[in-house]
Amino acid sequence: MSAFNAIGEEREIDRDEYTPGVEPQPTWCPGCGDFGVLKALKQALPEVGKTPEEVLTVTGIGCSGKLNSYLDTYGFHTIHGRSLPVARAAKLANPELEVIAAGGDGDGYGIGGNHFIHSARENHDITYIVFNNEIFGLTKGQTSPTSPKGHKSKTQPSGSAKTPLRPLSMSLNAGASYVARTAAVNPNQAKEIIKEAIEHDGFAHIDFLTQCPTWNKDARQYVPYVDVQESDDYDFDVSDREEAARMMRETEDVLNEGTVLTGRYYVEDDRPSYQQEKHAVGELPDEPLAERYFDDDAEWERSYDLLERHT
Amino acid sequence: MSSDELIWRIAGGSGDGIDSTSQNFAKALMRSGLDVFTHRHYPSRIRGGHTYVEIRAADHEVQSRGDGYNFLLALGDSFARNPQEDAFYGNEEIKPLSENLDELREGGIIIYDEGLISEEDVEALDLEARAEENDWHVFPMDLRGLAREHGREVMRNTAGVGATAALLEMDLEHIEDLMSDAMGGDILEANLEILHEAYDTVTEEYDFEHDLRAPEGSHETEQALLSGSNAIAYGAIDAGCRFIAGYPMTPWTDVFTILSQNFPDMGGVSEQVEDEIAAAALAVGASHAGVKAMSGSSGGGFALMSEPLGLAEMTETPLVLIEAMRAGPSTGMPTKPEQSDLEHILYTSQGDSQRVVFAPGNIEEAYEQTRLAFEIAWDYQIPSIIIYDQKLSGENTNVDVEFFDREPQPDLGATLTEEELREAAHDNSGKFKRFNYEDAENGVSQRSIPGQKGGRFLATGNEHSPVGHINEDPDNRVAQMDRRLEKLESIREDLDSRESSTQTYFGDETADYGVITWGSSQGAVEEAVKRLNDDGHSVKGISVSDMMPFAEAEVTEFLESVDEAMVVEMNATAQFRGLLQKELGRFGEKLTSLLKYNGNPFEPAEIVEGYEVNFVEEDREPTAQVRIEPAAGD
Ligand SMILES: Cc1ncc(C[n+]2csc(CCOP(=O)(O)OP(=O)(O)O)c2C)c(N)n1
Ligand code: SF4
Repeated sequence: MSAFNAIGEEREIDRDEYTPGVEPQPTWCPGCGDFGVLKALKQALPEVGKTPEEVLTVTGIGCSGKLNSYLDTYGFHTIHGRSLPVARAAKLANPELEVIAAGGDGDGYGIGGNHFIHSARENHDITYIVFNNEIFGLTKGQTSPTSPKGHKSKTQPSGSAKTPLRPLSMSLNAGASYVARTAAVNPNQAKEIIKEAIEHDGFAHIDFLTQCPTWNKDARQYVPYVDVQESDDYDFDVSDREEAARMMRETEDVLNEGTVLTGRYYVEDDRPSYQQEKHAVGELPDEPLAERYFDDDAEWERSYDLLERHT
Repeated sequence: MSSDELIWRIAGGSGDGIDSTSQNFAKALMRSGLDVFTHRHYPSRIRGGHTYVEIRAADHEVQSRGDGYNFLLALGDSFARNPQEDAFYGNEEIKPLSENLDELREGGIIIYDEGLISEEDVEALDLEARAEENDWHVFPMDLRGLAREHGREVMRNTAGVGATAALLEMDLEHIEDLMSDAMGGDILEANLEILHEAYDTVTEEYDFEHDLRAPEGSHETEQALLSGSNAIAYGAIDAGCRFIAGYPMTPWTDVFTILSQNFPDMGGVSEQVEDEIAAAALAVGASHAGVKAMSGSSGGGFALMSEPLGLAEMTETPLVLIEAMRAGPSTGMPTKPEQSDLEHILYTSQGDSQRVVFAPGNIEEAYEQTRLAFEIAWDYQIPSIIIYDQKLSGENTNVDVEFFDREPQPDLGATLTEEELREAAHDNSGKFKRFNYEDAENGVSQRSIPGQKGGRFLATGNEHSPVGHINEDPDNRVAQMDRRLEKLESIREDLDSRESSTQTYFGDETADYGVITWGSSQGAVEEAVKRLNDDGHSVKGISVSDMMPFAEAEVTEFLESVDEAMVVEMNATAQFRGLLQKELGRFGEKLTSLLKYNGNPFEPAEIVEGYEVNFVEEDREPTAQVRIEPAAGD
């Protein structure tokens, strides 16, 4: 018997299945970019053929962290900055789960920065969506790691002296095998990118630009977006690290000045995911670990098989 | 003629192979039918620096390193030399001899390596006079020279073992067997030659004028020599644990390493991750996804785990954490034992947070209580912690192999199958009431695993409704909080109703004087209590393992039955005594503390002395490196 045989079952999946009943209603502010992520996910998940029970969404803390309260999959709303380690382990325990981690820019690039670097480096087969609104939303508008230099907030009243972090370059350099940026105001692209990221075997990082009309009115999130894949001005090979790096640099240089480029920047299809690498060296079993506990015939090794070396 | 007990100390430079040599010698003694106990002293550096291992072997149970020792094998510290300049770093090389003399008992034996320890150095030690005064028997031998002749210099350890065996009139059979198990070819040949030559040289050329011989013993069943870390790792394996995540920190690293090395063969997963926050969070994630998982650390690393620990509690994700204490605060003394993280692990994490905490006192308990920690964690969906220390982690004792002959327990507790989920309570959007307080039994609600059909729910570190939605409704809050709080009471009842207690009792049941301790101090206390009773005193002891929920009934009964009690623990602020008084709310006037925090564990004689100072000759000051903390009102 397997408790996980729901996975792979063929049927039409309705996107309403991903919406909880009347409750809870999103508490996001009107016009918040977070609605865009929720909507894109609700569209993408049925299109990649996942039932709500095959998906585990793991979130951090922040307005962004509420995502899985409004998306009816299996969910784990963790603590500030820690969605990635929880998500990685769930995927290792049961590789058949579709694991999507999500959180804010403060959550993911600030307090959880270390986990971000290492999850990308190890190329875990998970999708990671960062709601980048360039501000701390839930705690009411403090400067975040992606806020532009000079940004004024209650905690940096004279304007931030810090250069903003470059999430795309950072994840490319750390080792992510799929790096993209999309935006809440660009729903079709967002859906497509989420689908690609889910289907990608490896760490898929999406820097998702989400406007925060409540605390970050100045941010350039209302300007029209240019889709780098659609525009002839930005012709480059997404599988070429050098070109990807150059494009990312350009984008990140101009992000706060006017032009907002979105699209996929780097896709490395031939790099094995961490799960595959770990399996190859003999450190990840063939069958999902989690299944064994539901298998009455599973053979459980006993410690006294190990005692010989102690006698 | 055989002696009552042998306490053999091998001393040298850290990195000189003392560990493996002593491990083999201890096994040889065990195989000859003796009970053994090993104690390792080491500095916080990788190579060089004075280190020793002590092996106590007797024909009766041995629970501590004993007081002092009676056989020294001083090898010299080869890492004290600077190989480039052929110069010495100070006079470190002599340390294996000079640093060990204070604790050598009267009538003891010394073999030292003339090849590494120079004559002038020995003269400067005034060894001859001290030997005469203490009736020591000194056997200088060129162990290094002998080893060089037949193989390589490092084999001087083998020469030392050969000489030891000769002086103790031991059979070489077990030692040879163990050597052939561990090596082969030329290396084995050379070692065997060295072993025999050292043995023969001593037998033929030295005059034995001492009484010490290897004791004789006989075990009825096969024995295994295990450390506390082995016992914890094996307890976890038998409990069905198949996921471990960690970040190295001494002494927790041992458990982490043992499981990492064994898991690939048994289909388990081990992850070395970026930090301890991640480590504990991974264990939470794996457990949430349906695998028995654990993590752990030592003081500083455990401090980082406080966050995921609270998350596990709030989301009711079962989890086992291991806390291997070392001396603190902060980085403290990385290689020295202390029992000073008790309050840290009992109370860390915000809110009315609760967990289960067991403090095993010896190797068997470490195995048993690790299994129990998993069982309770999964039955009650609560984090449980094993707290122990650098001492229990590294000491090896023999355990009857039959002790391990029991069934694995991969049971996930109140986790439903898909069939059961179909019948379970859902809300009107089809979400499973994972955190249902209505039919919860003992505070435990039923659980589903991501991927299961019909089990969808949200786990969150925020307060939540039965299906897991964030919820701050006052009635829901109280109902959820009360349900979670009920678990600890239920666990207490569960533990109390079990046939065997996790507390350990020893001594004279009718005694009016009690000694109370916890964790790895247990062995020394047990031995001290026995010694006191043998000397005509009437004393009894209890070693407490259940720290949370506290072993209230048992400890109350014990303290009611005595007029006075001495609380023995390895820390400076009497943390366990504080816990006793907090949990029981009385007995303050009966309790005295005996505290030690100099980096070394208690020796039985110090506890005997503590008893005498406290009870027999009240004006006397203790001489040992311990502190007495008087009873309340004193
Ligand atoms: C350890 C910890 N530190 C601080 C907080 C408070 N906190 C909650 S959300 C948040 C920032 C959220 O900002 P971001 O991640 O950018 O998400 P947003 O709300 O903008 O979506 C902070 C600092 C917390 N919950 N936990
Ligand atoms: S504060 Fe900003 S990020 Fe948070 S919900 Fe409101 S608009 Fe969205």
